[in-house]
Amino acid sequence: MTALLVLEDGRVFEGAPYGAVGETYGEMVFNTGMTGYQETLTDPSYHRQIVAMTAPHIGNTGVNDEDPESGRVWVAGYVVREPARVHSNWRANRSLDDYLREQGVVGIAMRGTRALTRHLRERGAMRAGIFSGGALPPVPELVEKVRRSPEMTGADLAAEVATTEAYVVPAIGEKRFTVAAVDLGIKGMTPHRMAERGCEVHVLPATVTAEALLALDPDGVFFSNGPGDPAAADHAVETLRKVLDAGKPFFGICFGNQILGRALGLGTYKLRYGHRGVNQPVQDRRTGKVEISAHNHGFAVDAPLDGPFDTPYGRAEVSHVNLNDDCVEGLRLLDRPVFSVQYHPEAAAGPHDAAYLFDEFCEVMGA
Amino acid sequence: MPKRTDIQSIMVIGSGPIVIGQACEFDYSGTQACRVLRAEGFRVILVNSNPATIMTDPEFADATYVEPITPDIIEKIIAKERPDALLPTLGGQTALNAAVALHESGVLERYEVELIGANFDAIQAGENREKFKEIVAKVAAERGLNAESARSVICHTMDECLAGAEVLGYPVVVRPSFTMGGAGSGFAHDEADLRRIAGAGLDASPTTEVLLEESILGWKEFELEVMRDRADNVVIVCSIENIDPMGVHTGDSVTVAPAMTLTDREYQNMRDVAIAVIREVGVDTGGCNIQFAVDPATGRMIVIEMNPRVSRSSALASKATGFPIAKIAAKLAVGYTLDEVPNDITKETPASFEPSLDYVVVKVPRFAFEKFAGADQTLTTHMKSVGEAMAIGRSFPEALQKALRSLEKKGSQFSWTGPVAPKESLLAQMRVPHDGRLRTIQQAIRAGATLEELFDATKIDPWFLDQLFLIHEVATEIREFDGPTLKNAKEHGFSDVQIGEILGLEESRVRDLRHALGLRPVYNTVDTCAAEFAAKTPYLYSTYDEETEVPTGDRPKVIILGSGPNRIGQGIEFDYACVHASFELAAAGFETVMVNCNPETVSTDYDTSDRLYFEPLTLEDVLEVVHAEQATGPVAGVIVQLGGQTPLGLAQALKDAGVPVVGTPPESIHLAEERGAFGRVLAEAGLPAPRHGTALSVDEARTIAEEIGYPVLVRPSYVLGGAGMAIVYDDDTLTTYMGKAATDHPVLIDKFLDDAIEIDVDALYDGEELYLGGVMEHIEEAGIHSGDSACALPPITLGSFDIKRIRTATEAIAKGVGVRGLLNVQYAMAANVLYVLEANPRASRTIPFVSKATAVPLAKAAARVMMGATIAGLREEGMLPATGDGGTLPMDSPIAVKEAVLPFDRFRGVDIVLGPEMRSTGEVMGVDAGFGSAYAKSQQAAYGGLPTKGRAFVSVANKDKRAMIFPVKALAELGFEILATEGTAEVLRRNGVHAKIVRKQSDGPGADGEPTIVRRILDGEVDLIVNTPFGSPGQSGPRLDGYEIRTAAVLRGIACITTVQGLAAAVQGIQHIVRGDVGVRSLQEHAQRLRG
Repeated sequence: MTALLVLEDGRVFEGAPYGAVGETYGEMVFNTGMTGYQETLTDPSYHRQIVAMTAPHIGNTGVNDEDPESGRVWVAGYVVREPARVHSNWRANRSLDDYLREQGVVGIAMRGTRALTRHLRERGAMRAGIFSGGALPPVPELVEKVRRSPEMTGADLAAEVATTEAYVVPAIGEKRFTVAAVDLGIKGMTPHRMAERGCEVHVLPATVTAEALLALDPDGVFFSNGPGDPAAADHAVETLRKVLDAGKPFFGICFGNQILGRALGLGTYKLRYGHRGVNQPVQDRRTGKVEISAHNHGFAVDAPLDGPFDTPYGRAEVSHVNLNDDCVEGLRLLDRPVFSVQYHPEAAAGPHDAAYLFDEFCEVMGA
Repeated sequence: MPKRTDIQSIMVIGSGPIVIGQACEFDYSGTQACRVLRAEGFRVILVNSNPATIMTDPEFADATYVEPITPDIIEKIIAKERPDALLPTLGGQTALNAAVALHESGVLERYEVELIGANFDAIQAGENREKFKEIVAKVAAERGLNAESARSVICHTMDECLAGAEVLGYPVVVRPSFTMGGAGSGFAHDEADLRRIAGAGLDASPTTEVLLEESILGWKEFELEVMRDRADNVVIVCSIENIDPMGVHTGDSVTVAPAMTLTDREYQNMRDVAIAVIREVGVDTGGCNIQFAVDPATGRMIVIEMNPRVSRSSALASKATGFPIAKIAAKLAVGYTLDEVPNDITKETPASFEPSLDYVVVKVPRFAFEKFAGADQTLTTHMKSVGEAMAIGRSFPEALQKALRSLEKKGSQFSWTGPVAPKESLLAQMRVPHDGRLRTIQQAIRAGATLEELFDATKIDPWFLDQLFLIHEVATEIREFDGPTLKNAKEHGFSDVQIGEILGLEESRVRDLRHALGLRPVYNTVDTCAAEFAAKTPYLYSTYDEETEVPTGDRPKVIILGSGPNRIGQGIEFDYACVHASFELAAAGFETVMVNCNPETVSTDYDTSDRLYFEPLTLEDVLEVVHAEQATGPVAGVIVQLGGQTPLGLAQALKDAGVPVVGTPPESIHLAEERGAFGRVLAEAGLPAPRHGTALSVDEARTIAEEIGYPVLVRPSYVLGGAGMAIVYDDDTLTTYMGKAATDHPVLIDKFLDDAIEIDVDALYDGEELYLGGVMEHIEEAGIHSGDSACALPPITLGSFDIKRIRTATEAIAKGVGVRGLLNVQYAMAANVLYVLEANPRASRTIPFVSKATAVPLAKAAARVMMGATIAGLREEGMLPATGDGGTLPMDSPIAVKEAVLPFDRFRGVDIVLGPEMRSTGEVMGVDAGFGSAYAKSQQAAYGGLPTKGRAFVSVANKDKRAMIFPVKALAELGFEILATEGTAEVLRRNGVHAKIVRKQSDGPGADGEPTIVRRILDGEVDLIVNTPFGSPGQSGPRLDGYEIRTAAVLRGIACITTVQGLAAAVQGIQHIVRGDVGVRSLQEHAQRLRG
């Protein structure tokens, strides 16, 4: 049985079906992490994206119940080169193949994952479809189908992935702070990292109003990562502005960083092919130190790199920058306890170098 | 933080001779460091006793000292050069130990030399196991990490060891402190084992300290390569997973990068621990290696050890990822931070990142047990491999199969033809780790073993075992020749040879059919970033994938074939020649392309050539590289003469396939190697050779031997390093030898010239003119392999008349054979007749030594000659001296002595007597004004030196008794107390040397408990041993006595001289040391003196 990966520009890759059989569409992106496929699959930020893994062998450690970042697989499709036939890890309780099938995720195992990555690197992220099972229509028809699928630019997706009901992640040990965390596609590790530091985290739906949020009287407000185009996330921007007006300490991650950027009056733009992996060098411009960090973003904030700038909430600066491409990786207000980063200090998957940011959030809430 | 400006000159210490556990990876790291430091404007002072290294080329340092790496010699160099700083982390354990000694003796303080790259406390903390355990416990507790150390006990005496083992329970691991390559360590399953291993370990440890540890046999083993800068930025360059679980030294394990069987949580925990540990240890800047064991059943993780320096694994990690650890370590040592150093490969991104791999790297070790009869072949925590090959593929099966064929060893590849041993016996065999265990597993799969059975027998992770099943399944699908099956097989790394074997087709037939189907590999780039960014440095590997990434060029290209994995007889010397050719041809305007599969080498540094193909050196793989290069531009030539026997063996087939092989044509190579043809060349030139014949059967051999007379030298044809060579004195031994020799190759039988002087010559020939590179006189008599023999240059007992004869003979051979490039000839001078023993029209093992001793870059000149330059032209350019050559060195030239280094301390129980089969792993050079001091230096560099006082024990064969008298007398005059066995003592007393008689081992202890000589050696009562062998190997009586004496000498690490010529040289050396006239001189000064 064959499976096809069809890109909107007409390039086609052939392989074998992996996971569920059928058809699926999404924005085609690649991830360069060599570990952590389970975390990647369950990261809501990958909603409506087909993810290709550049690491060839995937599924070696199977699937366990501890590592998912949310209750389900979010990727729209999965592209790998060498799926494991046998998995091996003391915590695993099923194979990745079974898990993907159970979750209805259509995938493809194909030789040309590097060719695909090079293609995306040169041409930029684009829409794609995976097709498998039965007799497939001719390729031009498949390309047409891909071209009719929705684009990522302009997509407001947070509400599709976020919780519909508020819930509380209790503090581990003694409770020190109450955090109102707006779920724009939050990963399980994020509230866990805060809870470890004594935060009781109220995870709120993406549609929450500023009034409802502030009614919790939180010590700090957090906006999470999430899928979609920040330019379309007007509701979140409005909510954040009111939070800032209320003078609450704020911390944002990824999509949350873009929302802060917009709230401060900055623009956002789509990167050619994004940052997705666990090896990106980010420099903390305050200390000069470099963190190896986990990334998953296709959009970025457009902010001046050459020094502080004015915003409606006072002076701000770019606090972190990606050394590979000088992309803005963090923002902070100089005179208020408000900051955010574009990358993932909660890691999962990825290195823990940036975990100090959770400490800083706790510090500003305690100040 | 930018470069430090408060230091101007830096001393770098290399790792000395190639030994097991410390090979040319340190030439790679040291060369990178020297290049970086010089490019940064520092004055570099280098010390390394190994002349075969590229780092000791005069152009890589401002002052290069090929001198023994000992504290007293280094102090002399420091006093002379006054460096501001010492960088000790790039020369392995040797350099680190030397730095510790210099620190402890106050030399560094006295001369105000700052240790950079590591500080003394960090070295101590990393190397002292007790301190290290405390560090692990501390970081685990403070940071809540899952990490601990194996339960253990530190012991300084045997009683402490016995008590410790009771507490831990057998089996226990024994690890001596401060030894390299795990020397002296092992598993003790009971008290007898413990007494043996811990006893030797206490002796081997410079601090008389061993560690006993709980057994974690069968656990998964991992390594991380870590870099830290002075701003405390830390990156993990690479993770490495050992396929062989705990119990096998990582140098002897098949390893994979990146780790294949870790979840992100486990990997990140390991990463956190690694970073916390190196911070706590206090490694200021540079690379470290840290090893972990993971219990597959529970995930319990143990931190095994860390090396606060660049290591063999970091060389592997550098090649595996494209992240040059040593180069960056050198930059960090002089003050830069990781974010200030650009990633060479992308040019656009900084070095402060962690490489991402979209391929799999497999390293396989290469062993040489066939050279050491009687050695224990079980793989343990004590490293025994002599080299390694690495391969890259887009999947594990592809990389593994490429790696196995890179070993170039018969039987190393998986095979599906021929009979299969019964499953049970294969399962039993694989329970004990051994060379080729993966193949044993593959055969067991053929025999019907299940994954569970294999796991039970080996504890190899089931994921890896399943990959072997996958390879097996692909093989069983190869039944007929159809496109999809063949493509599938190629994607899983099958070679044309393997496919041909399964289908019963010739390799060439498979290749033709494959090409007819349009099936060829593509070449992907090692780019550090999984294609996220474009790569600027072309470092390529083949794979059956979609797109090729070979860049196009317009300069004419030269492809240089390297020498593959290090093995005895083919090592770093050949890499030296290849690298030189690459540098020189690039300078001459060619685009240079290197093909090699040895991750330890300088040739596989992506900086060395314009393009690097990390590929096996088989005909198939080389032809595909040539094809890929021809597809993107003109190939001016392929060089096969510099990488030793490996590429030379491909010459004819390459030429037949239409590849432009340059230099000496394959037909000429054949002419030199084929006995009959070479005999005709000699006859025409009127040159005598020892009488000889070629035999295919026992009867033929006996007839020939009778005709030419015993003793005879026997050997299989077409070998390097004298494999399977022996000197035979009688019919019975000859019959046994012929019985064991392979019958598909003829056996060469030569008259053996007793008491001849052996002479080695390296020369260059352009078709018109001969340049005599160097004439080396062996210290040991003919019959000892030239690779194992010490030699002197200029020759110490040959006059200008002899050299003239040698020149004439060499020229006649060069002309007769049709050499274009290098030629090595071995002669024997007996009864004033110059016999030709053999000629090799290729780079020899002695090229680097000769180049350094005469200050002429022979390999570079050879590369130019191969590409069409003339010797006259090169003289004009100044590459070669305007007049004269290596045969016309001035009378007062300094003497250079090359000494071989043998790995007997690794193979206990093996007789150390030298013979016609090469067994050395490396070499050193001692250079000084006179022979005695040069020889003394060579001994110091090779074995730690000659004693200047104490007891000397002498026991020699009858034939050596005359020659022994004079030097032993000299020893006595130097103040040595002379011990001797009865026969030897008798001769000595008659000649006025009062020798005390000691009991032979076969005599047993005396009535009053007088110890035998072996006991006295083991008790440390003897300082120098002179023992020349007599009797036939394997016999009881005198030969066995000698064997036990020599074995005891190895155990105690006592200087042991096994030839009477060696004794004479040693006495001269001792006299010089006693007189204290041992100076230091840099190669640059040496060259100034020789070439002006």
